[in-house]
Amino acid sequence: MQQLNLLLTSLPDGILLGFVYGIAAMGLTLIWGVMNVINLSHGPIIALGMFGTYFLFIQLGINPYLGLFLVALLGLLLGVFIYIVAVQRVIDAPHLSSLLATFSVSMIIIGIGTAVLTTSPYNVDFNMGSFRLGSTTILGTRLIAAFFAFLFTGGLYLFLYKTQPGKFIRAVANNRAAAELMGVPSNRILALSFGIGTMLAAVSGALIATFFPFNILSGGSYELKSFVIVVIGGLGNPIGALLGGLILGVLEGMIPAFMETSWVPVIEYALFVVILLVRPNGLFGAKP
Amino acid sequence: MKNWRNHIGLLIPLLVVIGMVLWPVLTGNVSNREIVFTILKAIALASSLNILLGYTGYVNFGSIVFYGFGGYVGLYFLSEQGWSIWASLLVGGIAAGLLAFTLGKAILRLRGAYFALATIGINEAMKALVNNLEVFGGPIGMTLNFSVYKAYGGAAKALEMSFYIMAGLTFAAIIVSYIIRISKFGLGLLAIRENEDAAEVMGVDAPNAKTWAYVISAIIPGMVGVLFFFKNGNVEPHVAFPLHSSVELLVMVMLGGQGTVLGPILGAIAYQGMRGYFVTSDFFKDIQLSVSGVLLLLIVLFIPAGAVGWLRQRFPTLRRVLV
Repeated sequence: MQQLNLLLTSLPDGILLGFVYGIAAMGLTLIWGVMNVINLSHGPIIALGMFGTYFLFIQLGINPYLGLFLVALLGLLLGVFIYIVAVQRVIDAPHLSSLLATFSVSMIIIGIGTAVLTTSPYNVDFNMGSFRLGSTTILGTRLIAAFFAFLFTGGLYLFLYKTQPGKFIRAVANNRAAAELMGVPSNRILALSFGIGTMLAAVSGALIATFFPFNILSGGSYELKSFVIVVIGGLGNPIGALLGGLILGVLEGMIPAFMETSWVPVIEYALFVVILLVRPNGLFGAKP
Repeated sequence: MKNWRNHIGLLIPLLVVIGMVLWPVLTGNVSNREIVFTILKAIALASSLNILLGYTGYVNFGSIVFYGFGGYVGLYFLSEQGWSIWASLLVGGIAAGLLAFTLGKAILRLRGAYFALATIGINEAMKALVNNLEVFGGPIGMTLNFSVYKAYGGAAKALEMSFYIMAGLTFAAIIVSYIIRISKFGLGLLAIRENEDAAEVMGVDAPNAKTWAYVISAIIPGMVGVLFFFKNGNVEPHVAFPLHSSVELLVMVMLGGQGTVLGPILGAIAYQGMRGYFVTSDFFKDIQLSVSGVLLLLIVLFIPAGAVGWLRQRFPTLRRVLV
């Protein structure tokens, strides 16, 4: 009974967090799906998103949820810039090249970040109240974060399915050579996809910053979570990523009711490897 | 070695490492010896990684897991069971090899980026697992009792001995790397790198060859782990499984030239030397990581074959000498 109570209190939190994890993972999976590149600069970009909220709110006094859209725009531009500088040349090279190219971007960001911002923790002190749901308390910031995560997912869906650039992105993801033959400007579309991928990472960072303390290295653990989610949901499947995020959030809410919290990462990563082996297309993907 | 001219490719790597080992021995300088120890460690780990990455073409992002796991097992026997350093080295190497053998059959079915992701997952899973194992001291890890060093004539002597063991392991790593490079087994690995399906059609037993390459690339890192934690006197989960060290090893192999014997050696020396310079220089100290990042990016974008690979492409006559 005590376990059930604990479960009921931690589960809603897990679900709300799951949405936020989900949009970080969506950025990763979109980039993979369109250009077969695993973006190892994902974590530092999440961290930059966190600092985006921090500086807009603390320095300029802009409301974090309004600042979110500015962070998103900056994330998009940063992504396009990274694509042009680091990714464009290695897009057709073996995987090692693109992995190392994006990793070098991550080193550059972390290096500059450590020098400028140090590694001491930052905190955005922002309170949106809370309310009780049965035996559990839900923080307003988390509910709003989940709502924005939902909003961005919906926006991405509409963009991919209803607009022309979105259709181009899906065409390039499907078959780049064929899309080029149909007149799709594939290089520009790849740059746009990379930009949207980093935009989603920055947005998730900006949302996470409203409820957890962070520093420039904090992105790393969310990057690893994104890998787990992406594999659960199927590499290259944005909607699967949202569901994968929910699954991970629920797991994180559930596991502490049965065993020590320190076992959570063991189970997460073991699950990650097992799913890669057994169902490399994810739980919701087609059979290989 | 009847005809030594056929093995001239082994000569340069050996001479380079002999020179490195002799430098602190001749000058008798302890701080030089520590610098060389770090470089030798990097050479041994990078050469081992090269067997899977360079020869076989599988991107291992979590190669450090063998170093950490072997080190943990070895240190457990050394500290809790009172075994000697020699027996512990052996058991650490065997443990790493067994881990690779068990994992290999399963994860080597994955190709390309999927394999790279799986190796990251395994490293993180192992780190989190060790964090929870009471036998290994959980999050605190294990600390050696100082009396352990008495058997080797005190701490100072034990440090000196560690240096010579490290040199021995580095030579072993290079010779193994060379033997594989010129053997038929190695030819099979190179064929897998170029085109795995075609290699299988031509009669290469790819699943077995890959697994053995994985196992061989795990054993020496396992032993290096034991030695390093013995020298340091303690081991903790986040010190034993640092993901960024895995990537640094990848950088070394890329820098020198993947798939060559000499490449990882030069890459390790260059990278460690550069890092040593940046960390101590006033100007680069804070943004050391960024400068390394920029260098890595330039190499990946413009000289993907690495230094040795570039020389081999540019000057075909050097191919006999630079293996």
